[in-house]
Amino acid sequence: MPVAATNDFTEPAVAPVASSTSLRQIASHPLTLRFVSFGLLLVAWEYAGRIPISVAFPTFLETMRGLLDMAGDGSLLKAFLITLKPLIAGLMISIALGVGLGLLMGLSRFSEWLLGPIFIIAQAAPLAALIPVLTFAYGIGLTAKIMTVCIMAMPVIVMNTLSAVRNTPVSLVEMGRAFLGTRSQIITRIILPAASPMIFAGLRLGAAAAFIGIVLAELLITPTGIGDLISYHQSVADYPKMYASIFSIIVFSVLFIECLERVETVLFRPEKHAS
Amino acid sequence: MIASLANVAPHPGTAAQGSAIVSVRNIKKTYPGGVEALSGITLDFPEGQLTTLLGPSGCGKTTLLKIIAGLLPATSGEVLVGGRTVTGPGPERSFVFQDFALMPWASVLRNVAFGLELRGVRKSEREAIAVGHIAKVGLKGFEYKYPHELSGGMRQRVGLARALAVDSAVIMMDEPFSAVDEQTRRKFQEDLLGLIANEKKTFLFVTHSIEEAVYVSDRIVLLSRRPSRVSTIIEPKLDRSGDPEGIRRDPAYLDAVEGIWQSLKKYLD
Ligand SMILES: Nc1ncnc2c1ncn2[C@@H]1O[C@H](COP(=O)(O)OP(=O)(O)O)[C@@H](O)[C@H]1O
Ligand SMILES: [Mg+2]
Repeated sequence: MPVAATNDFTEPAVAPVASSTSLRQIASHPLTLRFVSFGLLLVAWEYAGRIPISVAFPTFLETMRGLLDMAGDGSLLKAFLITLKPLIAGLMISIALGVGLGLLMGLSRFSEWLLGPIFIIAQAAPLAALIPVLTFAYGIGLTAKIMTVCIMAMPVIVMNTLSAVRNTPVSLVEMGRAFLGTRSQIITRIILPAASPMIFAGLRLGAAAAFIGIVLAELLITPTGIGDLISYHQSVADYPKMYASIFSIIVFSVLFIECLERVETVLFRPEKHAS
Repeated sequence: MIASLANVAPHPGTAAQGSAIVSVRNIKKTYPGGVEALSGITLDFPEGQLTTLLGPSGCGKTTLLKIIAGLLPATSGEVLVGGRTVTGPGPERSFVFQDFALMPWASVLRNVAFGLELRGVRKSEREAIAVGHIAKVGLKGFEYKYPHELSGGMRQRVGLARALAVDSAVIMMDEPFSAVDEQTRRKFQEDLLGLIANEKKTFLFVTHSIEEAVYVSDRIVLLSRRPSRVSTIIEPKLDRSGDPEGIRRDPAYLDAVEGIWQSLKKYLD
């Protein structure tokens, strides 16, 4: 990392500025807006729960109490560990295979001709409808759940990688050739970094789809993990805990996707730190 | 690129100062789709000189330069560099791109060292070389900046430093100043003259600006409208030893500009 040069860009926030300007800086920070809108949503939730709009709709505070209970007795952690196994496995497979296939299709017209139509259809089709078929083919175990995650996550990863590769500036590739880069050097040092923002956009969408996939699988195939927590607490009418389970998986998926973004910046786009 | 491995560096003994280091033999280029860009170009580029291809936009200047660079195949004809037929890019040629072609994710230092990086030169060694060329083009202190932090003129200096860093005998520049504002462009033209005087390399320069061509060139090749042929070759004999501003007031400079304008005029109707 070129630390020396980035200093003058990162340091001003630390300087002893007057309190009014630092307040303004906080107010204009993009994170502030996110927290404010998130906070407003929670207030609205609390209010709606107190009306109440339905007996089956707990307030935000009740839900948090339910969350603390489940965190305290270990049931939440246990459920997450169970859910994470097929989620991570399916996501890893989707990323490796999806980016690989997308690259292959982006670099060779023949493989795009061969494979392209499958993924174009897959991306548009409501693939969750295939879950019963997967259960029929692979049983109700881990395999069916991993497959569910894959069919949800892979198409968008493949298609984004494909168009990312296609969108590499022609002149950068030409530059690589002019300076005697080999085919593999051009792919790893020019095409991949140039495509990485769009590939990672695909990974974020893919990860979001993977979370949808795993929750669907856990609700539809056999209740396990978070899906089990949700359906169990629904069946015993413990709505705060049911909502707490839903809340926890949503928060987890948002944080997970946020992390992916960090990984991208660190690995491929150092210039984003500098500005 | 397998093709590039076949291209051998120029053999120093055979090419005397002033003889052709690059020869273009009856090059024709018709793009797929039927656009005939070049219709039989034959040209010599003398070693150690700056030769400019000058012609109206769309006449095929970029096409010819990319064929010489080995980036684009010709439909027929051949290009010789140091006496050998070009089949692809080679270490004796480097290129400065019209749109800079800098990697936005790489610092100035890595961009400048990139040609050496692709050739497998050790990191410490290539960075030492790059630092020298960055200073030479006037960007000392900007080594760790990224392209988006630089102005257009500075970005093109990075492009030039990258081409200098691989130490090729021939440097090709495709309208290097066209994306740069007027003041920066003049300053850059002046600096370029200084660099050329010190570098002892052969420059192939492309522009559509008559003033720019006369200001920087030893030889100017006028290309006609598409499909393009060589119409005239002009050698403005300017005294470049004095101050760079003075050249623009030199009667020889003004005459050359006027002469080229007269010969280009006939293509306008
Ligand atoms: N890839 C291409 N396919 C078809 N026609 C092209 C292509 N590139 C350039 N041309 C055409 O060839 C002609 C010469 O282009 P170019 O060499 O870029 O001109 P210049 O650099 O002199 O402005 C133009 O008419 C242009 O439209
Ligand atoms: Mg051009």
